[in-house]
Amino acid sequence: MPDMIENQPHTVEPILRVERLVKQYAVRRRTVHAVSDVSFDVMPGETLGLVGESGCGKSTVGRAILQLPPPTSGRVVFEGHNLCGLTGQALRAIRPRLQMVFQDPISSLNPRRHIADIVAAPLTLSFGIAPAERDRLVREMLEAVGLEAKTVWSMHPHELSGGQCQRVSLARALILKPRLIVCDEAVSSLDVSVQAQILNLLEDMKARFDLSLLFIAHDLAVVKNISDRIAVMYLGKLCEIAPSDELYAGPRHPYTKALLSSIPSPDPKAKGSTDPAIEGDLPSPFHPPSGCRFRTRCPRAQPLCTQQEPPMRVLAQDHFTACHFPLEAS
Amino acid sequence: MSADVLEGLEAIARTEARRRRRSIVDFMLLWAPIAWLVLVVGAAALADWLPLPSPNDQDLADILATPGSVHLFGGDSLGRDVLARTIFALRISLVAGVGAVAIGLVVGGLVGTLAGYFGGRVESVAMGAMDIVLAFPPLVLAIAITSGAGPALLKVILAIGVLFVPAFARIARANTLVFGNKEFVLAAHAMGMRHSRIILSEILPNLVPPLLVYSLLMVAVAIVAEASLSFLGLSVPPPAPSLGSMIAAEQRNVLDAPFVVFFPAAVLFLTVLTLNMAGEQVSRRLQVREQLL
Repeated sequence: MPDMIENQPHTVEPILRVERLVKQYAVRRRTVHAVSDVSFDVMPGETLGLVGESGCGKSTVGRAILQLPPPTSGRVVFEGHNLCGLTGQALRAIRPRLQMVFQDPISSLNPRRHIADIVAAPLTLSFGIAPAERDRLVREMLEAVGLEAKTVWSMHPHELSGGQCQRVSLARALILKPRLIVCDEAVSSLDVSVQAQILNLLEDMKARFDLSLLFIAHDLAVVKNISDRIAVMYLGKLCEIAPSDELYAGPRHPYTKALLSSIPSPDPKAKGSTDPAIEGDLPSPFHPPSGCRFRTRCPRAQPLCTQQEPPMRVLAQDHFTACHFPLEAS
Repeated sequence: MSADVLEGLEAIARTEARRRRRSIVDFMLLWAPIAWLVLVVGAAALADWLPLPSPNDQDLADILATPGSVHLFGGDSLGRDVLARTIFALRISLVAGVGAVAIGLVVGGLVGTLAGYFGGRVESVAMGAMDIVLAFPPLVLAIAITSGAGPALLKVILAIGVLFVPAFARIARANTLVFGNKEFVLAAHAMGMRHSRIILSEILPNLVPPLLVYSLLMVAVAIVAEASLSFLGLSVPPPAPSLGSMIAAEQRNVLDAPFVVFFPAAVLFLTVLTLNMAGEQVSRRLQVREQLL
């Protein structure tokens, strides 16, 4: 998507630039095309939402950015350094600035360690921090994420609720003073009320620590409020990237529209969406469809979609869509 | 006061009594094995200072002596004190049991953890080596090792320990696979932790409970294995006492003086049984904690 980069008038350098990211896995002599040629930027202070249904490769993108494991090809430029190809000490030196919060609050935390040790672990990796200073930082960070340090200090993860565990995970990520946090479905396994608390906490922490976020989720409703821009993924490829409000007001890619109309309305009197829901299942990532990957389920598919892969095009200011026959702007 | 209420009160009293009985049973199931093990380990450790006759002193007058105030467990066919011999034999059994498990735990644990953590070629080579050890006939391996040069007890420990390595490796590998795929390990990578540190401080603490339970059970197996090897004459040479060789030597006299065989056999039986019970209890208690995770 080089034209995207040229067309966007950058005044500041992006904190993270993902270029032509590809991740393939060999599974029993066959290749899974988990992520195929994905490019996007995250600007300093920005929250980019990355959405798509389960299995579309969005978590793989998140992990490939952190080189856990490294992508098959492509570049991940973080603060001007290409992380792909870095190994050993060089990579470890950058890691603290790029952290991740995971989906499962319980398995994110070592069941055999105390909460204070879990949060302090990143600090013990670098030399020269006095125990008293370390404890002070841990206490501050636990309080910052809304936990009572004294109470949880020597507790084990299983003694906390899911929401509290997620706060601990966030504290562990934040204590290294990272610049970018990848939130991989960080609220998906929490109750709706707790989701809201954690989302608010993320917003607070983002402002307080001057963070950028890559927020991965399968639920557009969750992403809507927190994201400045949203990228929609389908079967290992990006369909559309646009500012949050614009994407919700006028999706240009048929897949985005289908995703949006699948959000249930909280108003019982509201008429359900009249658009037909997309049918079928996600095609096999072993043999992705030719041309446009969404064509097998797309109501607007034409012969061209089979033959040619739609390039990412600018349809409006900051609005990029990869579709031969995009929807009209409303 | 209606009959219903009385009946209800009686029912409550009954369940209360049952609950108390069960708690007594639970208490005994935990503490009786521990008491026996403490007794056995204590006696074996302090054998040199206990007021016992020497295990190798022969006395013609005491040949096949019946148990009594002089010889609590009686005397054997050479007139040696069976109690003293049993206690000194226990020492060998326990050293062999713990030593063999230590070898299995350290070597197998290391191999299994590395195989589970790194996967790929490391795993194929390591687990392939384990399969080779498993495929070897255990008795042949034991005979081969014990027939080499060196102190007998050390060779026995080594022989049993080598046989234990694959099982420990498999348990360590299986648990490393479970925990290595958890997100806290990924988080440790993300914060820049080295592999060695991740294995030591993130994975190893999670391997302790399953390996601990298995070790307790395997100490019992190793004690039986040592007794079997010494029954075959492959363990410590005479006159040093060993439970297996004591039983083997007195087989002929079992009808005239059953206690000479019975006491070492009973001590062996109780020690193995209580080790198994203790392992069971530890594993039950750890499982309860595990469910809370």
